[in-house]
Amino acid sequence: MTATEHTEPLNKQALKRQARTQQRNELSLSLPAFILVGSLVLVPIGWLFWLSIYGADGFTAENYIRLLHPSYKKTLITTFELAFLVTGLCILLGYPLAYLASQLKPRMASLVLLCVLFPFWTSLLVRTYAWLVLLQRRGLINTWLMDMGLIDAPLKLAHNFTGTTIGMVHIMLPFFVLPLYASMKTVDLSLLKAAANLGASPVKAFWQIYVPLTLSGLGAGVILVFVLSLGFYVTPALLGGGRVMMWAMQIERSMAVYADWGAASALGVVLLVMTLGILWAFARLTGAMSSVEGK
Amino acid sequence: MWNKPATDTQVTHLQRLWLYILCTLVLLFLVMPTLLVIPMSFSDSRYLSFPPESWSLRWYRAYFSSAEWLQATAVSFKVAFLTMILATTTGTLASYGLHTTRARLGKYMMVLLTMPMIIPVILLAVGIFLTFAPVGLNSTIGGLVLAHTVLAIPLVMITVTAGLKNFDINQEMVARSMGASRPWAFLTVTLPQIRNSVLSGALLAFIISLDEVVIALLIAGGDKATLTRRMFLALRDEIDPTIAAISTLLIVFSIVMLALSQFLQSKK
Repeated sequence: MTATEHTEPLNKQALKRQARTQQRNELSLSLPAFILVGSLVLVPIGWLFWLSIYGADGFTAENYIRLLHPSYKKTLITTFELAFLVTGLCILLGYPLAYLASQLKPRMASLVLLCVLFPFWTSLLVRTYAWLVLLQRRGLINTWLMDMGLIDAPLKLAHNFTGTTIGMVHIMLPFFVLPLYASMKTVDLSLLKAAANLGASPVKAFWQIYVPLTLSGLGAGVILVFVLSLGFYVTPALLGGGRVMMWAMQIERSMAVYADWGAASALGVVLLVMTLGILWAFARLTGAMSSVEGK
Repeated sequence: MWNKPATDTQVTHLQRLWLYILCTLVLLFLVMPTLLVIPMSFSDSRYLSFPPESWSLRWYRAYFSSAEWLQATAVSFKVAFLTMILATTTGTLASYGLHTTRARLGKYMMVLLTMPMIIPVILLAVGIFLTFAPVGLNSTIGGLVLAHTVLAIPLVMITVTAGLKNFDINQEMVARSMGASRPWAFLTVTLPQIRNSVLSGALLAFIISLDEVVIALLIAGGDKATLTRRMFLALRDEIDPTIAAISTLLIVFSIVMLALSQFLQSKK
């Protein structure tokens, strides 16, 4: 009796110690990756945050107050306008595509998915170049339209907001379609049959049964596209031709042109807070939604 | 055929003809612009016209005889290759460790390591420039590799973790209970079975590094400029048809990569 009383806790401790060593060993496998991400992402961003609030004469809010200047406000408005427009167009073009693709026979569906994945795998720069070739003043679209006699003077399609929007939708559409397609594949289509059976018109069944069932995939696509658009640099810089000033371009400019670390870091912190804030709100929202559904 | 119902709600094919047309147009929108670049690259003229009035390999010759473009290409592929090695090893190790551990810290670690995916790239680029400046890593191959590795780690981890979830970890336990050391059990039992996930993670890491523009734009100057950095700067100034030739080569390269990754996934 006494023997077991003694050995049991002893064994337990030994096992616990062993388990702890094992856990530590397993965790330490992620150490190389952590050192890389920590020293190149987490520390620098902390540093940027510090630079944005600590100037030559101590703590200051000056860098943030400067962001209220009309030129920054204009950048912010352009950025949000573009992000909203791109997201809206992605819904209009991507939702029908994902819907149809999710109902096609496997062979056709994989063909459609290949078409969606192809731009995903092609270099961003190549795709932006392709749009420049198509849209610029002496580009293909203007040449064709003029040859056909539809227009007299070339349309202004590139180096402005229109061109940027077209290029951005092209870049973002795969990000939108892929999660939506995945969620549409899980929808039980017999629910629609049941709705029709109970007298719902096809339109009503679609809006009241199908769309709500795909909301989580739709939300994921929307958030992904919106957040990526907010911080986008390459396509607006090239297709906007300097006339479309995005938040990310303002950051690059304050750093590279003016070497103004205070402004660059404050702009960066604002972008990061907006991005993380939207993602956090979305996570809370879907969390709340799934807990309601669960009940 | 057109009057047969297409959906469970008895909508006929004819009634949703608009959907088929719209989707075809969207698919063309996704694929055509990129493909148009290919014939353009064989044009003989400086000016853009489609179809080209006369054909030539002029722009390919221009690319292959330009020391600057070739150097940039060499830098890009060197960086992409090294990034692939570094990101795949660190990412796979971390995924394995975090997948098997029961430590509560593991969950937070996973979130931390996937952070580079949700932080805007421009911010990462500015931060990395700031960190590299005092240690002299800006405009070096090593600096570029480190920066791209950080970008690729989350994607490698997501791919490898997905593979680990389909793998029964008990098999490794059996190997260990029969006397295999843990690293040996991992290398001979686990790794061969998650091989395809690791390989597609590696492929992703390579492509990410090869395509990356923003970080390269900020930290890769001088003779360490990458292909994408040179292309970006060239595009900002004027449309040089040499870029059409380079783009075509890159498109062919990505088609091969895509085919390879599809092949790996079908074997899973």
